[in-house]
Amino acid sequence: MFDMPLLTIVTFLPLVGALLILFVTMGDEDGEFELAKRNVRNVALFTTVITFLISLLIWIEFDNSVAGFQMEENVEWIGPFMSYHLGVDGISMLFVILTTFLMPFAILASWQSITKNVKQYMIAFLILETFMIGVFVALDIMVFYVFFEAGLIPMFIIIGVWGGKHRVYASFKFFLYTLLGSVLMLLAIMAMYWNAGTTDISVLLTHAFPPEMQKWLWLAFFASLAVKMPMWPVHTWLPDAHVEAPTAGSVILAGVLLKMGGYGFLRFSIPMFPLATADFTWLIFALSVIAIIYTSLVALMQEDMKKLIAYSSVAHMGFVTMGMFALNNFGIQGAIFQMLSHGLVSGALFLSVGVIYDRMHTREIAAYGGIVNRMPHYAVVFMVFTLANVGLPVTSGFVGEFLILLGTFQTNSLVAFLATSGVVLSAAYALWLYRRVIFGTLDKESLKSLLDLNSREKLILYPLVVAVIFFGVYPTPIFDVTQASVDALLTNYQAAISQAGN
Amino acid sequence: MIHAIVFFPLVGFLLAGLFGRSIGSKGCEYLTTGLLLLSAFLSWYVFFTVGFSDVEPKTIQVLQWISTGDLTINWAFRIDTLTAVMLVVVNTVSSLVHMYSIGYMHHDPHRPRFFAYLSLFTFAMLALVTSDNLLQMFFGWEGVGLASYLLIGFWYKKPSANAAAIKAFIVNRVGDFGFALGIFGLFVLFGSIEFTTIFANIPEYMANGKDGETALDFLGYQLDRSSAITVVCLLLFMGAMGKSAQFLLHTWLPDAMEGPTPVSALIHAATMVTAGVFLVARMSPVFEFSPVALTFVTFIGATTAFFAATVGLVQNDIKRVIAYSTCSQLGYMFAALGVGAFGAGIFHLFTHAFFKALLFLGAGSVIHAVADEQDMRRMGGLRSHIPKTYWLMIIGTIALTGLGIPGTFIGTAGFFSKDAIIESVYVGHNAFSGYAFGLLVTAAFFTSFYSWRLIFMTFHGRPRASADVMDHIHESPKVMLVPLYVLAAGALLAGILFAGAFLGHESHSNHELWYNGFWRTALYAGENNHILADFHDVPWLVKLAPFIMMASGFVLAWLFYIRAPHLPKQLARQHVGLYKFLLNKWYFDELYDFILVRPAKWLGRFLWKKGDGWLIDGFGPDGVSARVIDITSRVVKLQSGYLYHYAFAMLIGVAALITWSMFGGVS
Repeated sequence: MFDMPLLTIVTFLPLVGALLILFVTMGDEDGEFELAKRNVRNVALFTTVITFLISLLIWIEFDNSVAGFQMEENVEWIGPFMSYHLGVDGISMLFVILTTFLMPFAILASWQSITKNVKQYMIAFLILETFMIGVFVALDIMVFYVFFEAGLIPMFIIIGVWGGKHRVYASFKFFLYTLLGSVLMLLAIMAMYWNAGTTDISVLLTHAFPPEMQKWLWLAFFASLAVKMPMWPVHTWLPDAHVEAPTAGSVILAGVLLKMGGYGFLRFSIPMFPLATADFTWLIFALSVIAIIYTSLVALMQEDMKKLIAYSSVAHMGFVTMGMFALNNFGIQGAIFQMLSHGLVSGALFLSVGVIYDRMHTREIAAYGGIVNRMPHYAVVFMVFTLANVGLPVTSGFVGEFLILLGTFQTNSLVAFLATSGVVLSAAYALWLYRRVIFGTLDKESLKSLLDLNSREKLILYPLVVAVIFFGVYPTPIFDVTQASVDALLTNYQAAISQAGN
Repeated sequence: MIHAIVFFPLVGFLLAGLFGRSIGSKGCEYLTTGLLLLSAFLSWYVFFTVGFSDVEPKTIQVLQWISTGDLTINWAFRIDTLTAVMLVVVNTVSSLVHMYSIGYMHHDPHRPRFFAYLSLFTFAMLALVTSDNLLQMFFGWEGVGLASYLLIGFWYKKPSANAAAIKAFIVNRVGDFGFALGIFGLFVLFGSIEFTTIFANIPEYMANGKDGETALDFLGYQLDRSSAITVVCLLLFMGAMGKSAQFLLHTWLPDAMEGPTPVSALIHAATMVTAGVFLVARMSPVFEFSPVALTFVTFIGATTAFFAATVGLVQNDIKRVIAYSTCSQLGYMFAALGVGAFGAGIFHLFTHAFFKALLFLGAGSVIHAVADEQDMRRMGGLRSHIPKTYWLMIIGTIALTGLGIPGTFIGTAGFFSKDAIIESVYVGHNAFSGYAFGLLVTAAFFTSFYSWRLIFMTFHGRPRASADVMDHIHESPKVMLVPLYVLAAGALLAGILFAGAFLGHESHSNHELWYNGFWRTALYAGENNHILADFHDVPWLVKLAPFIMMASGFVLAWLFYIRAPHLPKQLARQHVGLYKFLLNKWYFDELYDFILVRPAKWLGRFLWKKGDGWLIDGFGPDGVSARVIDITSRVVKLQSGYLYHYAFAMLIGVAALITWSMFGGVS
């Protein structure tokens, strides 16, 4: 039925939208200018929605029983060195959907808050979408690398141009941190090419790298992925980037960009360097546990809402890395689920903060209080997302966290024990934030004229509420997609380990 | 039918929560209350069919929840006698509280939200008690915690209510931390978290243990099978301690009284706080294999019973007295579970739900009458103004203190259940049963004292409220009193009617008989557990002890608050240290604030400012960029623009090159 190259279409459709926007002339007169802005927004929204709808075809087409790559497209490109090879498997497919799902929300969230350079802003976002999808569908490691790195540029611009007061500091910090890690990854990729003679990921997955070399390659990838994730102690770019980024930037940053790190571990580090993975598990465990406890404590004391959520993201990503390196079914399934769920929940949380930021233009917790009196609908929505962040059962946050801890407990009960204490801390910081912002009496003059959610904001937040609860009650569709690929990943890993043992 | 019982409250919650505005306050009240009443009637039907006939216990699947690898967890209902008992308790009290709230909350503008929360709570609690696996139970567990959080903080404008709500949630989470680890541990041991599988496998599993094998690697300790079970039980019990406000994790319960009084009756007296007791009883097939864990349960239970009773002696807030009483009674239940008297523990849970809900709702009726005053020092002399409430409170009090004629079958609900606990503990075999017996008997004395103190301070003596308040004093409306009548009937009769079923008749010396008759497989007794046979034959003095304690508590309270009202003040002055110690609840809040809350905040700030700010950023990006700027600015200075500087630098360079090539560079 679908003979067309679905993945290529989904990947590059946003770019087409960006081109269209490029041809919109902004006009000089006021009326014309407003019209042009509206056109730009509409084109951007339309493009992202269509991209999402088409990407659903990928899910429909997807065969859950196949462990390997599907819907492959392979065109020779730069001689033997680089080919245009795309495909998805159970691990990557849902990240594509997550990206395309979040993009319309990001565009809608920018509807009124972005007024200057709308055209450039939307173009940057659409280009970013192409790069993000590219990361997840690329099956050539060089193509992957190009997308992986190129994504930095639009995000750098989004933060640096449309960001808050200290946007330049934040964008440079973000750029330098991530770039520094990536340089090492590029070196590793070249080394892999010289050793294996190919850059094709599906071939590299079956190639056995020499044990000693694996260590260096693993560390080089780790340098890049840990920054992206971000893991402690290379996480400090994230709070700054989030705080300064516009709402939509934060949504995409937390929702999608952070997941590239986790995806990289699952796609490269674990399957390609299994022996090194086994050697370095302790390192990941240690850093994850530190991240969970350390950043949860730090989150407790934040005075800026976005910073608090950013720190809580680092803690949640600590769960993800811990789960992946538990190296059993529950850990990895939980980690993938947690990444998807966190994409929804943290995105939703940043959108929620954006709602009141648009009204009050401050993110300072102390500037709020008693909002429920004026914004009851908002209070309910924010409560659902807060609880999902805390990991309450029946929200998607619970399923991932539970499986990760269960898997980790099987591998190392001490690590699980320490990480479980994060569950207490997360309740503390999340509920305390909620209390200070939402509950209490409304006695600040500035808040007395607040209006509850408008229909655009409802359109953004309500679907996310539904999604967060739906996947908490019925996560099976997700597990069905990922199961076969995760099984294969583990089987290959175990085989490699036992082979090395003999 | 079971679907209806569980899902009616959910329907009520969703309708009242989502469409509260369009249905209107009245509509929400009647809708949720009506659905709950239906659930309650159906629950009694289930109770009689499951408990008193030979219908087989069964499990009903609803929907698959999580399925990955060898883990499959379903949304399902497990229907056995224990579930049926809990269904009756939860739905009866909940429906009565719903009804009562129509009157109690009629001034409140947010009634749809209130009733939605109550129904949400009920649904979560039902999911908890009907669960057939630990994870669904955990869902219910967290769900009731959430509802409790929302209801404690219902009056969100009050800072103290918000603080109490958060405290309740977080202290419970500390317990959940243990609960979650316990679930993981059981999964590692049995490869399943379904009750049926675990219970079926555990006897064989324990019998086939080998020396020196490692069943569970916990925190670096290699545990054999019996230690592993002990660790798992202790972890699960940690969850129970949090939810049931046991010693060390009890601090949230008194604060939870910030919520509306019907909430205190439903959640913080009759149902949610008993979830811990339910958990241990439900897991009795596992706990029975760990004498150590059971001993610990007895220890904590008895300690709590005693501790909370002592604090209850001196509190002045009417709700706090009852809250500490609840805490103390929960301790009784755990003490019974710990010696293996699961039937007695659950029976006390059952009767306690009636009389404690009665006391709380009665207290609510008092508070309602005196214009939201809760301090008993500003009450007094209310007996003639609100006689119905007075007599209902008296019934609650005699049921709580366990009035009855020792050695006969005449008595209030508490007489049967509490005395059964004290007797079971007396014949118990574990290391702390003697300790528990001593503390529980003493606590019975305290219970009687503080209960009658409450009555005397509130209803007797001279009125101490302002004249204005006394003028407006009024008896509560019917809609509030009817639930109280029902509960009063339960408080008086539940013991006589059900003692035989729950505890076994004295003629049945073999405990097998009543396990098979009423409980069947719902509760489990190990091979060495003869407590149910033994506790009927205790010395006469032991049977009499609770009665003596109750009577002397009554006399002392009468002496202190009716006969010679100056005595308590005098006593407090004489023992000022002890009085302060009790009044401040053994200083637990201050202790936790000092050793946990403040260090956490300090550490958070320290890690943020010093860890992230100074160390990581200082030596990372900020430090590097500062150094770069530093060095480049020096390099800039080198570019002076004078030709002779450059010429000189070049000369040195050329000289160095020549030197290098002469001395070995080019060889």
